[in-house]
Amino acid sequence: MIDVLDYVMLFFLAATAIGIVRLRGLIAVVMLSGIYSLLAASLFVILDAPDVALTEAAVGVGAATVLMLGTVALTTREEKPVRFRPLPLVVVVVTGIVLIYGTLSLPPFGAADVPARLHVSPLYLAEGYEQTGVPNIVTAVLASYRGFDTLGEVVVIMAAGVGVIALLAGRRSGQGEKGE
Amino acid sequence: MTEDVVLRVITKQLIPYILLFALYVQFHGDFGPGGGFQAGVLFGAAFILYGMVFGVATVEQLFSTSVFRIGIAAGVLLYSAVGLAGLMLAGNFLDYNVLAAYPKEGQHIGIMVIEFGVGVTVAAVVVSAFYAFAQPKA
Repeated sequence: MIDVLDYVMLFFLAATAIGIVRLRGLIAVVMLSGIYSLLAASLFVILDAPDVALTEAAVGVGAATVLMLGTVALTTREEKPVRFRPLPLVVVVVTGIVLIYGTLSLPPFGAADVPARLHVSPLYLAEGYEQTGVPNIVTAVLASYRGFDTLGEVVVIMAAGVGVIALLAGRRSGQGEKGE
Repeated sequence: MTEDVVLRVITKQLIPYILLFALYVQFHGDFGPGGGFQAGVLFGAAFILYGMVFGVATVEQLFSTSVFRIGIAAGVLLYSAVGLAGLMLAGNFLDYNVLAAYPKEGQHIGIMVIEFGVGVTVAAVVVSAFYAFAQPKA
């Protein structure tokens, strides 16, 4: 039953992606990318990753959609028609085939005896609650064991925000000068 | 900004719940799914929704652009301060065990404060970006 749900979600993900590529109206593209994020969030819930799903739903569906609508309002609502060129298509198809070929030698989904699950994960799962007192192991790893990484993430978000503000503040003064 | 009565009324009704849910996600992240990143975006989303329906100028009367710009740095500084506090108390950088008398209590305080720092920065970045996009073309 869950497998069927997986395939339905993946089918809709692919259909949405094709729709995003083919549509020329950018408002519709923004809406479709929001739907894409919502489908991805649902898929994360099916995969038992509610923390990631919550982030994807809040950032991908909410914040990113609003910011992209803002971008569309500042630029244009219609994508320029692009001349068909075969080389990018060949590159994308070849890369896709190589990636799919690569997945064939991956361990089966959820396998327990793979290096990724034998390094520090058993220690975190066994002693995480003892050492941190936090029942949600995701929070324990993110905030305590990997606190330094998370500090880096927050700095990246700060840098991104400062970058957006610097870019768009320049836009205002630049246009003001032209208008005078 | 919209004159639609339904949107205006529903938005006003919804915003307290969005803010409350953001706080729940923020401070219940130890026990359920959530944490600073998710809560920050939710908190920012409430401001964005209000700004979209009632106009950015109305939100800016409450919290000006500079409040959120200070928030961007304040969250990161709060997080770093917890790290430095660990160093001051003869532990390692971001070592929460030394923050209180008992290691687990220290972990609890440390995680709570750094998650709050994350939430402040994320919310401030989201709202600042919205302000930046929504400002009228001069």
